[in-house]
Amino acid sequence: MNGILITGGTIIDQTGERRADVRIVDGTIDEVGEDLSAAEGERVLDASDCIVSPGFVDLHTHLREPGREEAETIETGSRAAAKGGYTCVVAMPNTDPTQDSVSVVEFVRRQGEAAGLCDVRPSGSITVGRQGRQLSPLAELADAGVHLFTDDGDGVQDPLLMRRALEYAADLGIVLAQHCEVRRLTEGAVMHEGRCCAELGLPGWPSIAEDLMVFRDIELVRLVGAPLHILHLSTARSVELVRAAKADGLPVTAEATPHHFSLTDELLAGYNALYKVNPPLRTMADVEAVRIGLADGTIDAIATDHAPHAPETKEQPLDQAPPGMLGLETALGVSLASLDMPIAAIVAALSWKPAAIAGVADRHGRPVAVSEPANLTVFDPAAEWQVVPAQLASKSRNTPFVGVPLEGRVKHTVLRGNPVVIDGKAQK
Amino acid sequence: MKHFRSIDEAGPQAIRRLLDLADHMAEVNRRPNPKVPALRGKTVCNVFFEDSTRTRLSFETAAKRLSADTMNFAVSSSSVNKGESLRDTIETIAAMGVDAFVIRHKSSGVPWQVAQWTDASVINAGDGWHSHPTQALLDCYTIRTSLGRSESFEGLRIAIVGDIKHSRVARSDVRAFTMLGADVTLVAPRTLLPPVTDVPVVTTLDDIIEDLDVIYLLRMQHERMTESLVPSLREYTTRFGLTAERAARLPEHALIMHPGPMNRGVEMAVDPSELPGSVITQQVTNGIAVRMAVLFDLLGSGSNLEENE
Repeated sequence: MNGILITGGTIIDQTGERRADVRIVDGTIDEVGEDLSAAEGERVLDASDCIVSPGFVDLHTHLREPGREEAETIETGSRAAAKGGYTCVVAMPNTDPTQDSVSVVEFVRRQGEAAGLCDVRPSGSITVGRQGRQLSPLAELADAGVHLFTDDGDGVQDPLLMRRALEYAADLGIVLAQHCEVRRLTEGAVMHEGRCCAELGLPGWPSIAEDLMVFRDIELVRLVGAPLHILHLSTARSVELVRAAKADGLPVTAEATPHHFSLTDELLAGYNALYKVNPPLRTMADVEAVRIGLADGTIDAIATDHAPHAPETKEQPLDQAPPGMLGLETALGVSLASLDMPIAAIVAALSWKPAAIAGVADRHGRPVAVSEPANLTVFDPAAEWQVVPAQLASKSRNTPFVGVPLEGRVKHTVLRGNPVVIDGKAQK
Repeated sequence: MKHFRSIDEAGPQAIRRLLDLADHMAEVNRRPNPKVPALRGKTVCNVFFEDSTRTRLSFETAAKRLSADTMNFAVSSSSVNKGESLRDTIETIAAMGVDAFVIRHKSSGVPWQVAQWTDASVINAGDGWHSHPTQALLDCYTIRTSLGRSESFEGLRIAIVGDIKHSRVARSDVRAFTMLGADVTLVAPRTLLPPVTDVPVVTTLDDIIEDLDVIYLLRMQHERMTESLVPSLREYTTRFGLTAERAARLPEHALIMHPGPMNRGVEMAVDPSELPGSVITQQVTNGIAVRMAVLFDLLGSGSNLEENE
C-alpha cells in the first residue's frame, strides 16, 4: 500500500489542538509533525485551512439492507457516511429480516466490508423481531461482535422485559440503547403535540411520552446497574432527566440528532412529510435545551438517525408517510452551523465519545498519533454550503435541510489508510 | 384566488367577497330555472376519498347550476383499491383536463399535497381534523342572513359545543367567526379540546347558554367513548347535549346550528324541528350558494354570472 501524507491541516483530537502533518503507511499513522515532506509515491492530501480529526462514528444509521434496498443499500449508505466524514457507523437493526440473529448481523458486516467505504458495525435487536416479547440471543450476538442492542423505532414497552434485558446484558459487556416512547401515548401521532399540531389538525406526539420512558429506564438502570444509551433525546425535560441521572453517577449515555438541535415543528405547516420524524421535531425551547445538553456534556454524542425513505413513500398523506430523515452527509454542516460550542467539543461528540459508546474505541476515535489506526476525517470548518438532493450519495432524497445554510464540509475521509473520499468525492 | 383550502389562507377580504357573491348565487337558486352559464366548458372533479353525502351532492349541484361539467371519483370503485398512489391518481385525472379538484380526504393536509401535482384549482371539501372551509363559509352565510348581520359579526356571542379536537368544522368555524368579529367560546371537556386553543373555553354549557346568539353543536362520534374521551354518551348528553330544558334557556333570537349528520339523542337531545331557532336545514340550502360562489370565484372569467365567453 502506498503511503498518504496529509499536509497543512490542524489536528484536533482528545489530546488537544496542534498544527501538524500526518503520514500514513500501511493503514497506520507513521509520523506526525510539522512540515513533513512527501516521500516518493506518497499521495498528498491537502488539508490547508482544514481540521484533521479522528474519523466520525455514527451511533444511529439506518442502512435499510436487508429488506428495503429501494431506499438505501449498505453500499450507498456507506458512501453517504464516508462523504459525511464517518469512518464507522452502527447499523440499526430494523431491517427485514431483523438483526436478531448471527446470520443477519454477519450479512450486514460482510456487505459493509464489501463496500469498503466505512466500517459497518451491526447493532442487534433487544427482542426477537423487535416484537417486544422475547429476548434476542444477546450472548450469541455479543460473541459475534455486536456491542449495541436496541429495538429502535419501537422502544421496549414492557417494563418487566426491559428490566430482564438490562439484567441479562449486565454480564455481557454490551450496551442497551432505548428509543424512548410510551407507545400508548403516541398512537396515530404525526408531529409534536403543541400549538402547531392543534392548528394543523394533526394527532400529537406529546413530550411526556418520551419523558416517561426516559424516567422509567433511568430508574431501571439505578436498580440494575447495567449501562443504557438513550437514543435521540428531543425534549427539554428528558435532557434534564439525563443530566440528573449523570449527576447521580448512573451509567447512562445519550445522543441527539442534528435535526433535533436545528429544526422545529413549525416546519410541518406545509404538510411536507420530509419534516416527519420520530421523535418529532419539537419547539425552539426543546431545541435550545438539546443544544445546552450537548454543550454541558449531558448529551454525549451527535448521532444522525439517518433514515432513508424512497420518494413515493414520503408523498403519501402525512399520517401515512413513514417518519425519518437523511443525516449522514449533513451532520457536520448542521452541527457547526447550529451549535455554539468549540469545534473540539463538536468533534468529540462526533468521534471519540460515540466511539466509546459503540464499543469501537480500539479502532475509531483514536488520537491522531504514531501507531494509531488511520481512520481520519479532514474537514473545512468554515466552508459554507447548501445541500443539493440530487448530489447526495444516499439512494434516497429525504433531507430536511434543503435551503438551510450549512457550515463546515468534509474534504477527505481516510478509512484504514485508504482515502475513501478525496476533495468531497467518494473514490468508489 | 387559485385554491380554496382554508379560511386563513383565503383571508378576510376573500371571505367577505365570497359571502357577498353567495347572495347573488342564492338569488339564482330562487329562480324557477336555477341555472346560469357562468362556468360552461369548465370541468370540476369531485374526488372523495372519504364517505360524504351532503358535501359531495352540494358541490355537484353547485357546479351544475353554474353549467360546469362534473366528474365524480369514488374511491371504492377506483384504482386506489389496486394500490395506486394519491399522486398517480391525481396526475391521471388531471391529464384528462380538469379545472378544479374538490377533495375530501381523511388525512389532514392532502389538499396542499395535491396542489403540488396539478395546475388545477384545489377546493378543500374536508381534510382530516384540519379544515372544512366551505362548511365555515356556509355557516357564516347562514348566521349573516338569519341574524341580518351583513356587515360584521362584531359583538356576536357564538358557542361551539362538543368534540373540538377531532373537528375540521370547529377549526374552520373558529377562524371564520373570529375573522368576522364574533366572540367565540368553546364548550367541551379537556379530553375533546386540542392541546392549544386561541379562544376562551368553558366546561359548563349552562353557565353561558342564556347569553348566546348562536349555539353550534358538533357531532359526537360513538368511537370517542371507547377511546376514554368521555365516560359515556349519556354523560356527554347530560353535560353538553342540547336538551329541551337547555333550549328553553336560550335567548329567543338565538340560532341553533349543526353541520350534520346529527346524532339524535346525543348532542341533539330534542327534536330540532320543534326549535324555532334551528337553522340546520338552511345550512344545507345555503351550502349550494356558497359553493357556487367559491367555484365561480376560482374558475369564472368575469363578473357576469349570466354570460360565458
